[in-house]
Amino acid sequence: MTIAGLYNYWIVILLMMTGFYVVIASGNLVKKIIGLNLFQASVFILYISLGKIADGHAPILQAGISNYSNPLPHVLILTAIVVGVATTSLGLALVVRIREAYDTVEEDEIHDQDESM
Amino acid sequence: MIITQLPALQVVIPLIAAPLCLLLYRPLATWLLTVVTSATAMLISGLILAQVLDQGVIDYTFGGWAAPFGIAYRIDLVNAYVLMIVSTISTIVSVFARVSVASEIEAHNQGIFYTAWLLCLTGLLGIAITGDAFNLFVFLEISSLSSYVLIAMGNDRRSLTAAFQYLIMGTIGATFILIGIGLLYALTGTLNMLDLAERIPEVANTRTARAGFAFLTVGIGLKIALFPLHLWLPNAYAYAPSAVSAFLAATATKVAVYVLLRFIFSVFGKDFALDTMPLALGLAILGSSAVIFASAIAIFQDNIKRMLAYSSVAQIGYLILGVSLVSPAGLTATILHLFNHALMKGALFLALGCIAWRIGSSRLGDFKGLGYRMPWTMGVFLIGSLSLVGIPMTAGFISKWYLVLAALERGWWPVLVVILAGSLLAVIYVWRVIESAYLGGKDNEAQVGEAPLSMLIPAWILALANLYFGVSTDLSVGVATEAATTLFGAG
Repeated sequence: MTIAGLYNYWIVILLMMTGFYVVIASGNLVKKIIGLNLFQASVFILYISLGKIADGHAPILQAGISNYSNPLPHVLILTAIVVGVATTSLGLALVVRIREAYDTVEEDEIHDQDESM
Repeated sequence: MIITQLPALQVVIPLIAAPLCLLLYRPLATWLLTVVTSATAMLISGLILAQVLDQGVIDYTFGGWAAPFGIAYRIDLVNAYVLMIVSTISTIVSVFARVSVASEIEAHNQGIFYTAWLLCLTGLLGIAITGDAFNLFVFLEISSLSSYVLIAMGNDRRSLTAAFQYLIMGTIGATFILIGIGLLYALTGTLNMLDLAERIPEVANTRTARAGFAFLTVGIGLKIALFPLHLWLPNAYAYAPSAVSAFLAATATKVAVYVLLRFIFSVFGKDFALDTMPLALGLAILGSSAVIFASAIAIFQDNIKRMLAYSSVAQIGYLILGVSLVSPAGLTATILHLFNHALMKGALFLALGCIAWRIGSSRLGDFKGLGYRMPWTMGVFLIGSLSLVGIPMTAGFISKWYLVLAALERGWWPVLVVILAGSLLAVIYVWRVIESAYLGGKDNEAQVGEAPLSMLIPAWILALANLYFGVSTDLSVGVATEAATTLFGAG
C-alpha cells in the first residue's frame, strides 16, 4: 500500500499524538479533557478504518452486491463512543467541582494551594 | 435450571441493583441493597468456584449465540478465583461501609455512592468473568468510571484532583487497551479470547501483533499501577472515602493483574509474550523497582493512608515479580498473593477507616497512644502489618515464601535480595505506626472509645482470615497452584 492508501492511518497517528501531547503539556484541566477526547477520537477512526473493505458497500443485504464492509468494528466503536462521552462528561463535572473548591482550573495553581495548606 | 444461568446472574444482579439503588435513594435502604447484592454475588461466585473445581471449565453463551457471533463466558479456575476475591471483599467492606460512609458523605449523596459502588462491583466481576476481549474493555470502563466517582466523594477537596488525575491516566490506559484489542481484531478477525489464542501464533511474527501486545501491556500496566505508571494511585487511595480505599485497594488492581495474566498466558501465550518479546526481564526490573522505591517512599509518608497506598504499589511489584519468573511456581506465588494481599490491605484500610471515623484523621501524629485507646482497632492494624511484612503464621508469609522458593528455583538471586529488602523496608514503615500507637505514651486528652461493632467485625473477619490463611494453606495454596497450572499449561 502506498502512503496515500494509508491516509486514514496517518490521520489517526496525527490526531493521537496531538491529543496525547495536549493531555501531557497543558496545565488547564479543560484543555486536558479536550486532549483526551481527541486521543479517543483517533482510536474511533482507527476502528472505523479497519472495517472498510476496498469497494465494499454498506452492510445492508441487497441483490447484486457481494462485497460488504465489515459492520462489527462500527458497532464496537459505537460502544466506545458512549464510553468516551461518559468519560468526557464525568471529567468536566469534576472540573466544575474543582473550580468550586479551588476557584481555578490551572493545574499549577491547584498544586500551589494544596502545598500552602 | 437456574444453576446453568449462574455466569450471567453473577454480573446481571449487581448491574440491575445499581439503578434500583438510585430509585431507593434513602441511605439505609440503598446500603441494605448493596450488602444483599454483594452477598448474593459472593454466593454465586462460591457456587461457580465449587462447580469449576468439581467439573472443570464452564462455558456460557449469551442468548445461545455461539462464540464468533455472541459474547461467550468461559470460566476456568482463575476466573472463578478472582470472582470469589472481588465479591467476598465487596461483601465484607460494604457491611463496614454504613457507619463509615454516614460520617464521611452527606446523606443526599449516599444513594449515589452505593449506586457507584454496585456499578464498580459489576465492572470488576465482569472483567473477571468474560471471555471476550471487547467486553472486557467495556467492563473495565464501567468499573473505572464508577471508581472515579467513588474517589471524588472523599471529604477532602484533594479527592477531586486525585479523581481527575486518575480519570486522565485511567482513560489513557483504557484507550491503549482499546487500540491493542483493535489491532488484534484487525489481524485475526475475532474478539473471543479462545479464538484469539488459536489464531495469534500464525500471525505472531508481524509488526501489528507486536504493536498490539505493546499497547495492551502498557495500558494494563497503567490500570495495575505498575511502577512507574503508579502516579495516580497514592492520591486516589489517600483521599477517597475510607470504605472505597479498602474496596479498591483489595480488588481493583488485583483484577487488573488478572487481565495481564490472561493476556500474557492465555491470549498471546507465554512463549510469545515472555520470550519473543523481552517482557520477562522488563517485568522483573519494573517489579523490583516497584518493591524498592515504593517501599522507600512509604517510609516518608506522614499520612498513613498514603503510606499504605505506596505500600500497595510495592506489593504490586511482588505480583509482577512472580509473573516475570515464568515458571508455574512463580505464577502460583502471584495468584496466591492476589488473594493474600486483598486480605491484608483490606484489613489495614478497614482499621484506618475505624480510626478515621473516631478521630477524623489518618496523620501519624494523631496515632499517639491509640494502641490503648482503640485496642481492638489497632489489633487489626497490627495483624495486617505483620501480614504485610511477612511474619510467619500470617498470610503474607505464605505468599512471600512461595515467591522466594520460585526465585530460588530459577536461581534469580537479585530477586531474592529485592524481596528481602522490600520486607525490611516494610518493617520500617509499619513500625513507625506501631511505635506511635503503642509506645508513644498515653496522652491525657479525653478517652477515645472504640469504633462500633458494625465496623470492627468486618475488620476482624479480614484480620482473622490473615491468620487463618497463614496457618491453614490447603485451600488458598491448593486453588492457586491449580489455577497457575491451568494458565501455564494453556500457554
